[in-house]
Amino acid sequence: MTTQHTDLTTAGDGPAPTTAGRPPLPLNADPHTSRRLGRLLTGAGAVLSFAATMLPWTWTAEFPGDLTIAFYPAGLQLLTLAAALLTAALLLASAGVTGLRWLTPGGKHSALLLMTLANLGVTWYTAGAIATELGGLVNFEPGMWIGVAGTLLAVIGALALPTDLPPGADGGTPAAGPWQRLRHAFKAPAPGSPAPLPGWAEILIICASCAIGLYAFAYGIEAEDGPPFIGFLVMAAFAAPALGKAGLFRRLSALTARHRGVTLAAAFAAALLFPVTQSNEAYTNIAVSVLIFATVALGLNMVVGLAGILDLGYVAFLGVGAYTAALVSGAETSSIGLHVPFWAAVLIGAAVALVFGLVIGFPSLRLHGDYLAIVTLGFGEIFRISVQNLDGDSGPNVTNGPNGIPNIPDLEIFGFNFGDEHTLLGFELGRFANYYLLMLLFTALVVTVFRRSDNSRIGRAWIAIREDETAARAMGVNAFRLKLMAFALGATLAGMAGTVLAHVEFSVNPESYKFVHTAPPNSAFLLIAVILGGMGTVSGPLIGAALLYLIPAKLQFMADYQLLLFGIALILLMRFRPEGLIADRRKQLEFHETGQLDIPAPATAGLGKTEA
Amino acid sequence: MTTTPTTDSAPAPRSGTGGAVLEASGVTMRFGGLTAVRDVDLTVRAGEIVGLIGPNGAGKTTFFNCLTGLYIPTEGTVRYKGTVLPHRSHLVTQAGIARTFQNIRLFANMTVLENVLVGRHTRTHEGLLSALVRGPGFRRAERDSEQRAMELLDFTGLAAKRDHLARNLPYGEQRKLEIARALASEPGLLLLDEPTAGMTAIETTATRELVLAIREQGTAVLVIEHDMRFIFNLCDRVAVLVQGQKLIEGTPETVQNDDRVIAAYLGTPFDGEPGEAEAAEVRAAEQTGTAGTDTTQGKAD
Ligand SMILES: Nc1ncnc2c1ncn2[C@@H]1O[C@H](COP(=O)(O)OP(=O)(O)OP(=O)(O)O)[C@@H](O)[C@H]1O
Ligand SMILES: [Mg+2]
Repeated sequence: MTTQHTDLTTAGDGPAPTTAGRPPLPLNADPHTSRRLGRLLTGAGAVLSFAATMLPWTWTAEFPGDLTIAFYPAGLQLLTLAAALLTAALLLASAGVTGLRWLTPGGKHSALLLMTLANLGVTWYTAGAIATELGGLVNFEPGMWIGVAGTLLAVIGALALPTDLPPGADGGTPAAGPWQRLRHAFKAPAPGSPAPLPGWAEILIICASCAIGLYAFAYGIEAEDGPPFIGFLVMAAFAAPALGKAGLFRRLSALTARHRGVTLAAAFAAALLFPVTQSNEAYTNIAVSVLIFATVALGLNMVVGLAGILDLGYVAFLGVGAYTAALVSGAETSSIGLHVPFWAAVLIGAAVALVFGLVIGFPSLRLHGDYLAIVTLGFGEIFRISVQNLDGDSGPNVTNGPNGIPNIPDLEIFGFNFGDEHTLLGFELGRFANYYLLMLLFTALVVTVFRRSDNSRIGRAWIAIREDETAARAMGVNAFRLKLMAFALGATLAGMAGTVLAHVEFSVNPESYKFVHTAPPNSAFLLIAVILGGMGTVSGPLIGAALLYLIPAKLQFMADYQLLLFGIALILLMRFRPEGLIADRRKQLEFHETGQLDIPAPATAGLGKTEA
Repeated sequence: MTTTPTTDSAPAPRSGTGGAVLEASGVTMRFGGLTAVRDVDLTVRAGEIVGLIGPNGAGKTTFFNCLTGLYIPTEGTVRYKGTVLPHRSHLVTQAGIARTFQNIRLFANMTVLENVLVGRHTRTHEGLLSALVRGPGFRRAERDSEQRAMELLDFTGLAAKRDHLARNLPYGEQRKLEIARALASEPGLLLLDEPTAGMTAIETTATRELVLAIREQGTAVLVIEHDMRFIFNLCDRVAVLVQGQKLIEGTPETVQNDDRVIAAYLGTPFDGEPGEAEAAEVRAAEQTGTAGTDTTQGKAD
């Protein structure tokens, strides 16, 4: 069982292992001593940084998060604390402590090194932020110094540890210096397949993971603008690959694949609990916006990720739904002045979006690749400009032109007014929490639609079209019809989400449905969310959308550079992880992914596929 | 894996005396000034294996594309079991003609099983709604499809690789998978475009067995191939296409010994030259040149 990665000795820290029978290892003079020393240093570093979080880091509460109280880690200190604990756990696991081996079914030392880097990154970032914000190193309390030193010590120690060797490679890595070890940690071998666990343990792990996910999401939302949020990102950027190299994500995805129902239920429950954990309306406001954005991104993923139709005007369907709902909401400025119950508004909004989808899709889906993308972009803009012009001046008054439709009343379903605060089971639920829970139903619906259609005759035909349209047609797939179906279905789902959006935001106006804008939702951001998260997956666009919404919301001080930064981040992502943060199930298959002699390296460059 | 997949239809007679499955008459395909296929007639009867050979660029693949609706032929009609085929690829497959491609065109990022399931598309009818509702009917249809697909994978010897990605299969198995995928649409006629290109001798033999087994199940086969030994050992009839035109059609023996065919592949002797001598020289050169390998004569460039 256990790992496929041969640690250099199997005997842990026992008495000097006999090297007889092994080929001499091309590592430092005495690998055993160096490993021992490395572990000692890493351990000391982890302990020190843990201790540091128990001490004040600065003297004034001016720095966000209040890092002044002893024995009360707060704000960024929590991140250091988490990183220190994880480092310790990975260290013990790599030393072969029984009971912790399950932590590293994949690589050991790469994961450890990356985790110490996460610790270093977040702690030193905090130190830097304190120094710059408060003006100088004099603002450090001893705790900060201990943290800085401890995390450095841990990294040095981790660098002294030997690299993880890929399975079957014998001495493939030449005498590795620290720099090579660092690079190796990033490119470490793909983790092997983990050993099975008892069923209850698996379900427990899934639930725990959902809880951790909820906590991370809540932490991200609650993190104050500026330093704390950047610290969060730094931590995530290193800790996530560390856990990946340890093989935990692979194990988790294997588990979730085995227990799909449980996973969905647990994730849904975690999402349901979110507003309960929040007391601040501002945060639930962000959360409901994230949820809408993520749901629409998932709808777009059906069009782009499954059927391979590059739709650059998708946000228009969100707009269609939102405008339809606004028109029938009973808002005073609505040109129709109709007021229908919400369920009817949802149906009407979805139906109108469906019709728009068919009308736009019918001519444009005869085109392929880039041409199709440009045409959808055009239709998206046509929608916005028409809405702007249907103001009674340039055309009939339908949409109230650039003013949009303000003062959309809150929903009321069975006497439950979404605008009021309610107490549910002892929890205070504000306006946005109400909408959040409503939207969650729609998200669940879209997830269900996505999963069920993906794994069916229709979904397979979509993917076949994405992979090779000519071959798909030769296999009897009516490509045009199926693409139209995907396009219209995507439009319908976006339209539905739009009906909720109109009520959450109080108003609709044409400027929110641009192709590109500095804040979501817009077509470009939706597409980025899909690509960033991972095309063709359920969780990918949800995570991508959450990141993409939170980053601009939390980093407003660099608003001017946001698009530039996104551009750079996307280029890096396409270079190093073209499949997105979450890899498609099909790309995750562990069979012979590498090492096939006659198969060229997989060309998975994101959008390339849609050109088929 | 003893199996031959169960088909509802009884095995067709072994000899080529069945009714016509495919009747192509007067098929012409022009690309601008270039006539890639000129007035080609071809008939394939039930239970037959027919070969289509010709030098590179003769128009064989173009002819296939005309048959399967990927190209709309400039002139001529194609009938399948008596009815004229529409010029829409998926309708041709629906009618009962399936094909493979000269340059393998699998769904690279789908698994082996999924590739075959896509081939079942025309023989199953579960729409989007039933996929969303997932009633018992849907589940039964999925199960049946999967079972049928597994039979085909057994038949082609790929069952053990059902969950591999198509792009990770070795070359020979990718070709087999293409055949399995085509068979999944339960065709009455299978068109194979160079099924053994790039295969080893052993794999070629296996492919020959496979094609014979396919015929045993009542599917007629029309096969393009440059490997002459493969064609002449396998086919009941062979047609030769040269520069878009059908030069000759007949039994392997007739075609093999026809001077025009040899000339088409190797070029004609000059006028007034002592032709016999040169022909003998050419034959000798050919003998030595291909000794030890298959008698591959194609790929003259
Ligand atoms: N879409 C097209 N547009 C223009 N010319 C084409 C097209 N398709 C094929 N041709 C031309 O038609 C001729 C016949 O090509 P085809 O691919 O059918 O030959 P082939 O007999 O299959 O050759 P090979 O044995 O090399 O596969 C070639 O000259 C080719 O360049
Ligand atoms: Mg060809």
